[in-house]
Amino acid sequence: MRALLVLLALLTALPAASQDSMPPAPYAYRQLDDPAQEAKAQALMETLRCLKCQSQSIADSDAPMAGDMRSQVRQRIAAGEDPEAIRQWLIERYGDYVSYTPRLTGLTWPLFVLPLQLLAVITLIARKRLRKGGGA
Amino acid sequence: MTGVRWTIWLPLLLFAGFLVLVVHGLTRPGSTEIESAMIGKPLPRFTLEPAVDDRPGLASSDFAAGTPRLLNIFASWCIPCAIEAPQLETLRREGVAIDGIAIRDKREDLAAFLARNGNPFNRIGRDDVSAVQLALGSAGVPESFVIDGKGVIRYQHIGAIRPEDLPLIREKLREAEK
Repeated sequence: MRALLVLLALLTALPAASQDSMPPAPYAYRQLDDPAQEAKAQALMETLRCLKCQSQSIADSDAPMAGDMRSQVRQRIAAGEDPEAIRQWLIERYGDYVSYTPRLTGLTWPLFVLPLQLLAVITLIARKRLRKGGGA
Repeated sequence: MTGVRWTIWLPLLLFAGFLVLVVHGLTRPGSTEIESAMIGKPLPRFTLEPAVDDRPGLASSDFAAGTPRLLNIFASWCIPCAIEAPQLETLRREGVAIDGIAIRDKREDLAAFLARNGNPFNRIGRDDVSAVQLALGSAGVPESFVIDGKGVIRYQHIGAIRPEDLPLIREKLREAEK
């Protein structure tokens, strides 16, 4: 039992060894004073991917790098920058990967067109069937 | 049997195609590395304070001096960074100019790290809030960038430089001379 506890403690302690000991960036955990600006920043942060913990948004993550990204987003919003310009700045550096908001590009257009096409085919088939049913 | 009948196989075919897709996705999971989209572009402008007492700080203007340089993103708290230290030392002895950016690092921690693992850097800038790291499109530590003599980013190496990576790094540095 004790050995198990020690093992558990070791397992949970390991990740801390590769974390830095610096304080978080100024606006990593501090909201902007202006609620309207904070709302804008929050909306943007929820759609930006954390690069360390790739299934979380930077708004969700406690990784130091996510904190640094939040701080930068908030400071830029406070300086009057447009949220979409900040997203674009990040996409220029990390590719579309960093953004959770899908864009219409040469690669992604089938995702937008296919559902519409399927809907059209289904409507066509349904109409044919219904008409047949009515005639019988 | 009319020509319409073959369509009953269509759902099965679709399902088989779906299975192939799933098996392919499961057996060949995608890479979790995030490549910088900045390769081929000039270094973003930055000026960083010195991270240690015995080396100057680092600015983007230090990179347009005519010869390629290796820019290493590292930290004392990063375990793979200690693993790549001997390889950086090898490159330094071969005459490669190496500069470092220390991410979220304390002066005393960094000094201890360099005393333990060697200091192959000409300059070391401190990036306490990952600002330059983000501007570079770098997603973690360690990462190394080959910067040519005009200050253009030519190559990104993600993760520790292992002994087997040295030939590739040398080749990229040579290519950057052109």
